[in-house]
Amino acid sequence: MSQDWTFWGYRRPNGAVGSRNYVAIIPVDDLSNAAAEGVASLVPGALALPHPYGRLQFGDDLELHFRTLIGTGRNANVAAAVVIGIEPNWTERVVAGIAESEKPVVGFAIEGQGDTATIAQAAKVARQFLQDASELRREPVPISDAILSIKCGESDTTSGLASNPALGVAVDWLVDHGATVIFGETSEITGAEHLIARRCVNEAVRQKYLAFHEGYQSFIRSTGFDLLGSQPTQGNIAGGLSTIEEKALGNIQKTGTRPVVDALGPAEAPTVRGLNFMDSSSAAAEYITLAAAAGSIFHFFTTGQGNIVGNPVIPVLKTTANPKTAATMGEHIDVDLSRLLTLEMSLEEAGQALLDMMWRNLNGRLTAAEVLGHKEFVLTKLYRSA
Amino acid sequence: MAYGFLIHGADDHVGVAVRDLRAGETVTGVYQKGGGEVTVTVLSDIPLGHKVALVNLNPGDRVLKYNEVIGVATQPIRVGDHVHVHNLKSVRWA
Repeated sequence: MSQDWTFWGYRRPNGAVGSRNYVAIIPVDDLSNAAAEGVASLVPGALALPHPYGRLQFGDDLELHFRTLIGTGRNANVAAAVVIGIEPNWTERVVAGIAESEKPVVGFAIEGQGDTATIAQAAKVARQFLQDASELRREPVPISDAILSIKCGESDTTSGLASNPALGVAVDWLVDHGATVIFGETSEITGAEHLIARRCVNEAVRQKYLAFHEGYQSFIRSTGFDLLGSQPTQGNIAGGLSTIEEKALGNIQKTGTRPVVDALGPAEAPTVRGLNFMDSSSAAAEYITLAAAAGSIFHFFTTGQGNIVGNPVIPVLKTTANPKTAATMGEHIDVDLSRLLTLEMSLEEAGQALLDMMWRNLNGRLTAAEVLGHKEFVLTKLYRSA
Repeated sequence: MAYGFLIHGADDHVGVAVRDLRAGETVTGVYQKGGGEVTVTVLSDIPLGHKVALVNLNPGDRVLKYNEVIGVATQPIRVGDHVHVHNLKSVRWA
């Protein structure tokens, strides 16, 4: 890698940099999945993103739905997008949102003509978009223009002990070199929120962050259940984690040590370079889908017991320090950090190993999740529909 | 393997076993940053990933890991003891 820390990426018309080059077929709603998949079957290089929602949602939940679909289309790993909805108004809303990123985007509505005519029209556009995208060339782009994201899952004590602090080393490096890194997991920072609050860059950001944290706590209380009484889980306890504080403190190791420059709503695009908190679920596929909608083009995922998650739009690098997981699930692991446990590798070396693989993945090397076809596109739903 | 446990922070009261430790075994742990060593005699079997006490603690004492409070001791804890839900509880949701 050159000394000005560039990778071979795609520079989009709005200046954003990507590591992949997809033509996305985005259904606005569940009813339009069949047409989106029909287009992708006629134009096999296009990427359909079926999902189960988009009807009779309202308020904040509807806004998040639009923000997630628009953000996915705007993601710099997407060269162009075709939007398909059952009716024209919401379809046009998603198209207009994606169009702000200046990339090619066209929408089609199914009402008044049916699936097959819609598929025929959309497939013609998708074919053209795909041929145009195939002529785009990777060029050297600075890592400081990139947005990346992090999360841990199926964690055990090896996560807090080894893989998370190793990722923290990599995150510190990325932040120091001007990149934007998103972390989240509002629920699983419970017990270490005071440390994140202390790292907020100023009082305004701290208040935003604490408001997200308290909003989550209020939501749990409003359900009448005591979620916190079930943390850590029985599996966590069997693995050696004793308290929620210990679990959360292990979780935040991966955020490194740099200041938190902003606190974002779910799927909200960062506007300040550096380490950004995003209010989000701790469920792997939901979180990565939100991070990609916020603009992440690459994701680091640490696992203990062996989470296998991937995403259709962004590469997900998976790493573990658990030697058993590395041995039994090696096909899912991009970077094996199990030598951290035997002290044959330092945290600094492990952080460097993660960065080394990141450069290769950003330059085009496929991750394990991409090769194995993991395309989990999971929208976050805030509450039930009307 | 040379070391039996790793220690996250300089102020920590516990180390984390990186292999299954046996009662009566004298094992050496190492600080992840700085590389200093600590040797303890393990008082009960401690599975990989579980915690071993590095200091004596009384009931009510706060227990540190990552240089932070992970809970409070509910039983007397001696150097070499297994530290887990039987002698450590959260202070956050009590």
